[in-house]
Amino acid sequence: MPNDIATQTGIGARVKRKEDFRFLTGRGTYTDDINRPGQTYAYILRSPHAAADIVKIDASKAKAAPGVVAVFTGADYEKGGLPAGWQIHSKDGSPMIEPPHFPLCKDKVRHVGDQVALVCAETYAQARDAAELIEVDYKETTPIVNVGDADKAGAPQVWPEAKNNVCYDWHLGDKAATDAAFAKAAHVTKIDLVNQRLIPNAMEPRAAIGDFDRATGEFTLYTTSQNPHVIRLLMGAFVLQIPEAKLRVVAPDVGGGFGSKIFHYAEEALVTWAAGKIERPVKWTAERSESFLTDAHGRDHVSHAELALDKDGKFLGLRVSTKANMGAYLSTFAPCIPTYLYATLLAGVYTTPAIYCEVKALFTHTAVVDAYRGAGRPECTYLLERLVEKAARETGMDRVEIRRKNFIPVNAFPYQTPVALQYDSGDYFSTLDMALKMSDWAGFEKRKADAKARGKLRGIGISTYIEACGIAPSAVVGSLGARAGLYECGSIRVHPTGSVTVFTGSHSHGQGHETTFAQLVSEGLGISIENVEVSHGDTNKVPFGMGTYGSRSLAVGGSALVKAMDKVIAKSKKIAAHLLEASVADIEFKDGKFTVVGTDKSKTLGEIALAAYVPHNYPITELEPGLEETAFYDPLNFTFPGGTHVCEVEVDPETGVVQVVNFTAADDIGRVINPMIVEGQVHGGVAQGIGQALLEGAAYDAESGQLLTGSYMDYCMPRADNVPNIQVGNHATMCTHNPLGSKGVGEVGAIGSPPAVINAVLDALLPLGVKDITMPATPYKVWQAIQSAKKAAE
Amino acid sequence: MHDFAYHRPSSVADAVKALGSASDGKLLAGGQSLLPTLRQRLAEPSDVIDLGAIAELKGIKVEGDGITIGATTTHAEVAASADVKKTIPALAVLAGGIGDRQVRHRGTIGGSLANNDPAADYPAAVLGLGATIRTNKREIKADDYFKGLFETALGDGEIITAVHFPKPEKAGYMKFEQPASRFCLVGVFVAKTKAGLRVAVTGAGPCVFRSKELEAALGSNFTADAAKAVKLKADGLNSDLHGSPEYRAALISVMAARAAAAAG
Repeated sequence: MPNDIATQTGIGARVKRKEDFRFLTGRGTYTDDINRPGQTYAYILRSPHAAADIVKIDASKAKAAPGVVAVFTGADYEKGGLPAGWQIHSKDGSPMIEPPHFPLCKDKVRHVGDQVALVCAETYAQARDAAELIEVDYKETTPIVNVGDADKAGAPQVWPEAKNNVCYDWHLGDKAATDAAFAKAAHVTKIDLVNQRLIPNAMEPRAAIGDFDRATGEFTLYTTSQNPHVIRLLMGAFVLQIPEAKLRVVAPDVGGGFGSKIFHYAEEALVTWAAGKIERPVKWTAERSESFLTDAHGRDHVSHAELALDKDGKFLGLRVSTKANMGAYLSTFAPCIPTYLYATLLAGVYTTPAIYCEVKALFTHTAVVDAYRGAGRPECTYLLERLVEKAARETGMDRVEIRRKNFIPVNAFPYQTPVALQYDSGDYFSTLDMALKMSDWAGFEKRKADAKARGKLRGIGISTYIEACGIAPSAVVGSLGARAGLYECGSIRVHPTGSVTVFTGSHSHGQGHETTFAQLVSEGLGISIENVEVSHGDTNKVPFGMGTYGSRSLAVGGSALVKAMDKVIAKSKKIAAHLLEASVADIEFKDGKFTVVGTDKSKTLGEIALAAYVPHNYPITELEPGLEETAFYDPLNFTFPGGTHVCEVEVDPETGVVQVVNFTAADDIGRVINPMIVEGQVHGGVAQGIGQALLEGAAYDAESGQLLTGSYMDYCMPRADNVPNIQVGNHATMCTHNPLGSKGVGEVGAIGSPPAVINAVLDALLPLGVKDITMPATPYKVWQAIQSAKKAAE
Repeated sequence: MHDFAYHRPSSVADAVKALGSASDGKLLAGGQSLLPTLRQRLAEPSDVIDLGAIAELKGIKVEGDGITIGATTTHAEVAASADVKKTIPALAVLAGGIGDRQVRHRGTIGGSLANNDPAADYPAAVLGLGATIRTNKREIKADDYFKGLFETALGDGEIITAVHFPKPEKAGYMKFEQPASRFCLVGVFVAKTKAGLRVAVTGAGPCVFRSKELEAALGSNFTADAAKAVKLKADGLNSDLHGSPEYRAALISVMAARAAAAAG
């Protein structure tokens, strides 16, 4: 039996996802599926301008419109602003500039889509009709949208307190040592890169319902969040001043987040606040165009980087200077993305001994920018892998060999990088070899010749990457400016007849936790997976939680469950010892049974649970009844997944179309619980990486500040025919500091893939003399690059 | 969307009457452009007159040596029609490539032509084949029908009833899709017809147009290479995030070449 569990539903088994039945049959319960008695519907009037003074708002006609319950503007809002969860200090020691971020604008609007007024009405249509009657007198000013220009003299200022739009001017690493490394370099490779702004596009748009119970004074917020406890903490403590005990936050089924649903958004605070004012529930669901305008965007870096090499191609030093767009306000985790989730990874998988990085975070009149799948690490990996590739081209070294030559050796772990992190484990040689083999790297020239005969340019590209996830040791992040701890909480409730409810502070919004965690607990407690239910997403059910992001759910949330299971097993041993009249030291837990060592006397978990809840024969003076344990797990270090991605493309030189024809991901993510879910995560991440490399890019009009890519008519999401069959390989080295050995997989696909794709495109275009291309490498851009190279060759 | 009065007449005459008595009436043929516009509150018609219940507007029939397609025939019906596939295979290919599956089962040929979106597919076939647009009032030659950006020769109270396509000697259609919307960035329909060689280009300009340069080149030598050798001017072509006029000009020749190759 236990062996069956291990092979069919335990750790390492391809268990079909328990949650998929309800998702695939339309039986999920998303925030918009929830309706509260007496609820009103909210419509948010948003700024049509990127930058303007609000001279006057007249909402009198709207207030008198049919069905309208209330209209609120910035003048009505008396509570706090949305806080930033991370504080960065500039080079000179000064704290970052934190402008106020009220959920309704008071005197100015700072990006298209900024919240100007909230209308609550009996129906959504009435709320929207009434919003059209609100008269807002704007005095438009000139916006700044491009991060590359935001700190230039004469640029429009977003905040008076942020001179030259600088939020912070931060650095990391040893500048003197890096300068010295460059001084002795045989070769220096330089590159300028843009990591373009992306719009997350979760399938489910954001939604929020605020509810207020007049009888108890309790507030409830139903919201599309990746971390309901964090929202309760931020909104309760900082924004609305509601004590935790009076505030329940529920994040039910959530249809994708990719980071964009981590943050505390204005709408969450507004519906909760308004529900208290009108003493009726207030429901808001974003329209897709609102998602484009107001979900936190991702990336948006402009960088210059230089790599110093010795005559043999060994990396001596790395210098990086990056401007990072924050948008108009500071979103919850925005300040830490281009710093501690970016610059700290600049060693990559290489032994570069000296690294120095400067990051200037800048405000612009655009939507906020925050974590989006990978968050900082894709930007870092793209920079490194484009730079290394260019160095190989310039020095004439083989693209694979230059990487291999600079890899951190397998016996060098734990490895201290010059940019703060200590990698616990890894084997970059094995994932490289695996990827080369799986992708038939050696056979590429023949495929290239075949493509040429068909009029196509074929290219192959590689990226060897690392990332830091399993976020994060609280003490470490605290010292770096985090205003919260980043542990996780898990509870195991063994019911009287032996079934188990698992409460996790992690949150599943597509990841499959209900299956992965059930596998973990099923194997850990030796019970059937059908007897394990996973509960998450409700602050009134789960003791506490920091949520799901940064590929942390298994490494941190799963580890908390292991700790809780350890406690359950320890207590069960005591109960078993009593029932079996043996000493605790002689009880062994194995194959789902508590056995007296060397005998056939044993009790199952179910028998022990029954005894714990019906304690007639029970060590009642030594042990409490019941069988439920909670554990908090604070990781000792980040985890460091890594690997090699290989991409093969064909370019149509007449049209500029790039088709990804092969993609191989060989990753080291530590212990795998469910290989099928892991492969799905890699597939999705690679699809997003292909999206960034070839298709997606948010564009704001530089003069008006209007979002030009405000719908799917112009913002190009990857479709099935843009994504090839993806080969996924796995070579695990175990994480050394968590009980599972797992490292995390949620983000690796999106981190490793973009440079592999672009390096492949540049490899394909190399015969034409094309040396650079910016993401997304759309057909138009590829065609332009080909024309420019042709002109240059003439 | 805002409120409007909804009508579902069962004859063209009733539809015309309803349109005439509305202060700002809109015809609903398939709704694939109108409904998103209404939902975004970009249009506020007083009345919407749904043509979906008018039997005389539906259906595909062989007429003479050509094909006549009723105005409310869906793209999916055209794509699947054995008569269309046999008589003008390129037209079936074009219809089968419009939008996505849902759009093809809702969108109609009459709706597409009345809307005359600059990036729509059907205008290329209608102009390329020298089709005739039939309305409740008259017949309009394709060369006289397309007037500009979202502009046609249709007058007030005029409703498209059918489109007649003469059978060409051979024809081909190839489009280059705008990556995000997958509308035509450039679509080229080439046809060898009794009236001569015709090349119609959609997506590239503010309105579908004929390319005299490509017609001359393909007229004397109906091959991909002949089309590819034509270097078109970019003047007057569209410019947006997805392509400059120069890019579109280059794509017209490439798509014409591929359309000629597809025509066989």
